Amino acid sequence: MPFTRDQMAARLGADVPEGWCVNLGIGIPTMVANHVQGKEVIFQSENGVIGMGPAPAKGAEDPWLINAGKQLITLAKGASFVGHADSFAMIRGGHIDLCVLGAFEVAENGDLANWATSENDTAPAVGGAMDLAAGAKRLWVIMEHTTKDGRPKLVERCGYPLTGLACVRRVYTNLAVIDVLPEKGFVLVDLAPGVTLDEVRAKSGAAIHTN
Amino acid sequence: MINKIVASVAEALDGIRDGATVLIGGFGSVGQPDVLIEGLIEQGAKDLVAVLNNAGVGRVGVARLMELGRVRKIICSFPRSSDPVVFETLYREGRIELEIVPQGTLAERIRAAGAGIPAFYTATAAGTLLEQGKEAREFDGKRYVMERALRGDVALVEAWEADRWGNLVYRGSGANFNPVMAMGADLTIAQVQHIRELGELHPHMIMTPGVYVNRVVQVDRGGDWLKPEAA
Repeated sequence: MPFTRDQMAARLGADVPEGWCVNLGIGIPTMVANHVQGKEVIFQSENGVIGMGPAPAKGAEDPWLINAGKQLITLAKGASFVGHADSFAMIRGGHIDLCVLGAFEVAENGDLANWATSENDTAPAVGGAMDLAAGAKRLWVIMEHTTKDGRPKLVERCGYPLTGLACVRRVYTNLAVIDVLPEKGFVLVDLAPGVTLDEVRAKSGAAIHTN
Repeated sequence: MINKIVASVAEALDGIRDGATVLIGGFGSVGQPDVLIEGLIEQGAKDLVAVLNNAGVGRVGVARLMELGRVRKIICSFPRSSDPVVFETLYREGRIELEIVPQGTLAERIRAAGAGIPAFYTATAAGTLLEQGKEAREFDGKRYVMERALRGDVALVEAWEADRWGNLVYRGSGANFNPVMAMGADLTIAQVQHIRELGELHPHMIMTPGVYVNRVVQVDRGGDWLKPEAA
């Protein structure tokens, strides 16, 4: 059985060590926050919150506390606030241990495309994705292995406009965990339960190597 | 005596000219200088360049200003929201210019303006579409893009508390773009919920010193008026 989205987030969360400062993108990446129990992990949100806690209980919401996805949040003990300039200095200056983003495509050279689906997109919205791709110490992508209509999202070269060049280090999909290594390309780390290497290869647009 | 507190929104916005570049603080529903934006709609300045993170939600605030044809160009990182109908219509019809800037580059360009730095190099956007038309250069074997400082004629910001020197204290995640925009404009106007006596704000809590602020207007909206939006 391929992983559900929650299981993908849990699989990634298991690889986050205690002590990292982590920025989570919108969508499946946000779910990773629920899967680091028992570890002190600092969640940074680019609107200037360092140390997000879990979602607020009903009735305990503070409308002045939101994350980059505009969702209501709480603060963890030890949290702090900065403005956007300092928040992005933290991101661009290499102080974020891990950024987790979704993607349209990841190429075997580590290129990431996740902000615009074509060069004439009516109004592409880049947000903080390019800053995170260029500045975080490491970037992991979490995404479905293929598009809804079955086209591979792991590719030899990205067809969509790039967010960052040679920046993705690891990809977590519903089928497998795959490293992106310089010189080598995609290298299998492990498979979702019941998924075969042949299936992963059939659903990928680039070679999947094994160690 | 220094006193930057003005009596009305109209007084706070006095002198904003046609063609002005206006920096607008806020991120999502938090930290929006919404009363000042309403005031700017009343005030009448047109041909504006609006600099902010999103391109407006629904038909109020910045979206209303755009719908009235008062914004010539928008400079932002994320021209989407739960309801970006006004921007998308204007953009499709070619009635508004758009400059997309990565969010960190947007903040840093404004910071640079406030810090007297005319341009800087960043790895963000290197090798992407957003590098086009910009100078790129290698430092220590890595590619960087040159970005120019972005200065506002005016900054509209929101804070929780202020004193008559214009010192600002923010609430929750309400700082966001406000402190950097406050330092990046010739005329910085703050909308605040509470006015405190000079000396009452703890020096460590003041994120924006009054040196960056020209005018302060109190708009008492209470503590719970904000409704979180979906995008």
